[in-house]
Amino acid sequence: MRVEYIGLSEIRGPLVILDDVEDVAYDETCRFTLENGDKRFGRIIAIDGSRAVIQVFEGTKGISLENSRTQFLGHPLRIPLSPEILGRSFDGAGRPIDGLGEVYPDIWQSVNGSAINPVSRKYPRNFISTGLSAIDGMGTLIQGQKLPIFSGSGLKHNELTAQMLRQARIPDQEGAEFAIVFAAVGIKHDVADYFRRELEESGALERTVMFLNLASDPIIERILTPRCALTAAEYLAFTHGYHVLVIMTDVTAYCEALREFSSSMGEIPSRKGFPSYLYSDLASLFERAGMITGLPGSITQMPILTMPNDDITHPIPDLTGFITEGQIVLSRELEQRGIYPPISVLASLSRLMKDGIGVGFTREDHPDLANQLFASYAKVQEVRALASVIGEDELAEGDRLYMQFGRQFEEIFLCQAPDEDRSIERTLDLGWDVLSILPEGELDRIDADLLEKHYAPRVRAKESDSFAAPADAPAEVK
Amino acid sequence: MKQAPEYTIQGINGPVVTVRGGRSLAMQETVYVGKEGLIGEVVGLQDDQIVVQVYEDTSGLYPGEPVTPSGAPMSLLLGPGLIGAVFDGIARPLKEIENRTGYFMERGVNIPSLNPSVEWDVDILVSPGESLAGGQIFAQCQETSVVRHYCMTPPDVFGTVSFAANSGRYTIDDVLAELTDSQGKTIALKLAQTWPMRSARPVAARRLLDRPLITGQRVIDFLFPIAKGGCAAIPGPFGAGKTITQHQLAKWSDADIIVYLGCGERGNEMTEVLEEFAKLRDPKNDELMLSRTVLIANTSNMPVAAREASIYTGMTIAEYYRDMGYHVAIMADSTSRWAEALREISGRLEEMPAEEGFPAYLPSRLAEFYERAGYMDTLSGKIGSVTVIGAVSPQGADFSEPVTQNTKRFVSCFWALDRQLAYARHFPSVNWTSSYSEYLEALSPWYTRELGPRFEELRKRASLLLLEEMKLMEIVKLIGADILPDDQKLIIECTRVIRLGFLQQNAYHEVDTYVPIKKQMEMMAVIIDLYDSAQQLIERNIPISQLKAKGIFDKLIRMKYEVPNDQPELLDEFRKEAEEAVSQTLLDNA
Repeated sequence: MRVEYIGLSEIRGPLVILDDVEDVAYDETCRFTLENGDKRFGRIIAIDGSRAVIQVFEGTKGISLENSRTQFLGHPLRIPLSPEILGRSFDGAGRPIDGLGEVYPDIWQSVNGSAINPVSRKYPRNFISTGLSAIDGMGTLIQGQKLPIFSGSGLKHNELTAQMLRQARIPDQEGAEFAIVFAAVGIKHDVADYFRRELEESGALERTVMFLNLASDPIIERILTPRCALTAAEYLAFTHGYHVLVIMTDVTAYCEALREFSSSMGEIPSRKGFPSYLYSDLASLFERAGMITGLPGSITQMPILTMPNDDITHPIPDLTGFITEGQIVLSRELEQRGIYPPISVLASLSRLMKDGIGVGFTREDHPDLANQLFASYAKVQEVRALASVIGEDELAEGDRLYMQFGRQFEEIFLCQAPDEDRSIERTLDLGWDVLSILPEGELDRIDADLLEKHYAPRVRAKESDSFAAPADAPAEVK
Repeated sequence: MKQAPEYTIQGINGPVVTVRGGRSLAMQETVYVGKEGLIGEVVGLQDDQIVVQVYEDTSGLYPGEPVTPSGAPMSLLLGPGLIGAVFDGIARPLKEIENRTGYFMERGVNIPSLNPSVEWDVDILVSPGESLAGGQIFAQCQETSVVRHYCMTPPDVFGTVSFAANSGRYTIDDVLAELTDSQGKTIALKLAQTWPMRSARPVAARRLLDRPLITGQRVIDFLFPIAKGGCAAIPGPFGAGKTITQHQLAKWSDADIIVYLGCGERGNEMTEVLEEFAKLRDPKNDELMLSRTVLIANTSNMPVAAREASIYTGMTIAEYYRDMGYHVAIMADSTSRWAEALREISGRLEEMPAEEGFPAYLPSRLAEFYERAGYMDTLSGKIGSVTVIGAVSPQGADFSEPVTQNTKRFVSCFWALDRQLAYARHFPSVNWTSSYSEYLEALSPWYTRELGPRFEELRKRASLLLLEEMKLMEIVKLIGADILPDDQKLIIECTRVIRLGFLQQNAYHEVDTYVPIKKQMEMMAVIIDLYDSAQQLIERNIPISQLKAKGIFDKLIRMKYEVPNDQPELLDEFRKEAEEAVSQTLLDNA
């Protein structure tokens, strides 16, 4: 029987301090029982001699210095795991909330996780097809990657994520077993419901594990939610061989919880009041993605964060971008123009793309084509800036072609319906279609053989059409 | 009889543990914390309280657990077997850790850096009666196919050889020779030695930095070269290509040994380096890259205190090979993570913060690190160098933040990566207006000697043209390129060739990934020659658009892909075509 301590020495925000404790370890969890029978959980975040500082996950509301009993549980925070967690829903600290009872555990696993030994990692190479041209063509998602979505309040990141959840597949591994781990961190009820409905309609709910900490749930618990979710993901991937896709939304709420906790600890703040260890802390989450040599499963992470004030240099997107393997950035301007998905391709990047596309993965022309589309679309931005000064009519003929290319690229290549699932071949063909607007001399990133194979036929077809319909020629100056 | 004091854990706060006990611990002494013996280092001593930073996860430690002193500062075991291995931040071999604990890192694993059971074929080079000073070579063995390992005496000894073993197969624990010093004390010499990693290894003298580290990357070798023994910083926002640039430098630079330090970066990137280096061959000698590389990996989710230590681990290994007479280049990716680790620990120690929460000693620590670079006369009478190339990850892409600014003070090469260039997929995204190299002057005699006077001239002309273009672009942005006079149009066209055909380099293209310096010069010569001969058109008021219509500019942009590195003479074809294009245009207008 473990000792119970009656009463507390001090309460400070979400922290309580207990004196004269014996035989407790750093990072150990404890359970508080209030007089009214209410149970809460906490974890030791600092020890000095017999004085322990404890973080209470559910908050300290209603706790007095006398009305609680504290019992230390002898282990760090851990959750019960078994293959039956698929299809279940848990709260932010890993307790079942779907009324289906406790999980009968195969194993209890600490939520802190351990770092994968860098020499044990397998370099991710398998292309995941999402059916979205902007992602498959320009910022390819790779199995085992961590690729966040940088969004802003009110942008269509949820629709985009839902579409990816519906359409994602690994082309040459049709039989592979997929699982989804969904971690809701401080999001609204209707967003959580939206995802649940989407998963249900697509029939994916029974291979989904949900960890829900909603906006009204205890804030400190948010620090645990991604850890619980990733522990479940690691178990499914590396013990049972599932290919796990982890959706974590919203990382901004997580960071704010961390900031609140840090300030209650009286720590010295760094930029915008966030703790100085925000980078290491986020890394301890995002690095739990990947593949291991000799094990079948994989963890692919898609965290979603809302950039405060659409500012990509804010510490949260900034530090995230330094840890993750690229980012998908959404643009308010595209959204306002009615382009879905509103992905800003120039600011987006997939670092692992280079090794997962081309011969043997997607198609031989993919690397050069993507490279050229990036370069040409970057040039479009320059031309648009010029056009906004001198007017489109005054542009040189070559520049007008770029304006036309820019429009077509956004309207034909980027834009697609929320239920449109494009194959990679279709995406690449569309890319060549829009590229064929530009003269050959402008295409300096593409190998001559590929130009001959993909570009030349399209231009020839256009030329033979142009007698009948000169619509493809640049608009005459009015 | 004085009893050794007993030390026990008093408090725990993240990686910082306070310890109670005697007064005999020294600053920076290594201690073993708790029953599992987690490795820690003493960072603060007060009257009755000792502050220890622990290099491993402290979760589950109890107050009252024992703390064992080691009696020595954090030291590294240096000897044959370092090359080709992968270490964590405090030099534990990750492959052996994997064998012992599986795919996930566990703590409390104390494995020596070097495998004590491997036998090396050692040539003993001394015989009894000879006198040996510190740092002198007494034996050698072949470590990898390209690295001959010279065993040196520890830098602080002096004596006469009283015993020397015969050449043969030995492990790192065998005594190869013995020295007797002036006090009559016997010093055993082995294949391996230890060195406190936070101290610079001594050298005989520093030399002038007068030869470049050739990297095969055009924008660096041609515009912003780094000297062997110099320091460079690569700052850039995320996605600007810091890591790829570091990889390229690690692969292609003409150093003898590369120490690649992944400091708080992504696990998959280390895997990539490992996989690639195990396959890629060095263009100099066709040997595997891994046989000249030491990898140190502290990924962003590994303990933060070990991140702080990792740059010293890398530097000490680099210095050790420098002392054998090698040219070593150390790539640290990223020093900002190291600075953040420093900040985190400083915060836990409740030190008074300076700028942006970084401790006040950030600049002095940076200086200490970068000053360990240099081109040296070693104690063994050889010449070796350590070149440091540190990536910097400025918060919010703001180069005015403390790490970038303080790093700038101690490095002489600044390769600023640019987000706009990266968005346009212009790689390497080194911005040619905000980057600089202070080695240009010092290296100029070497370039002139090796490549002739034309090199310096070409560099100056290329820089001037790029500068000119930048000014013109300001105008173009406002009114378009069409109304520029022809001489300025020519500048715009030629700098386009320089930007796309020369500065831009494709790391994934078989030919373009690495370009010898001679070919770099020839390429630039072709471009500048075209610029010069096109002046004839300007003089005769022939529009540049006519020359452009011949497609010669686009042709030159492609020359980087079409001329193999071993046949630079094929560049003459391009020169000839450029000349013909100009003379044809002249003829058309005759």
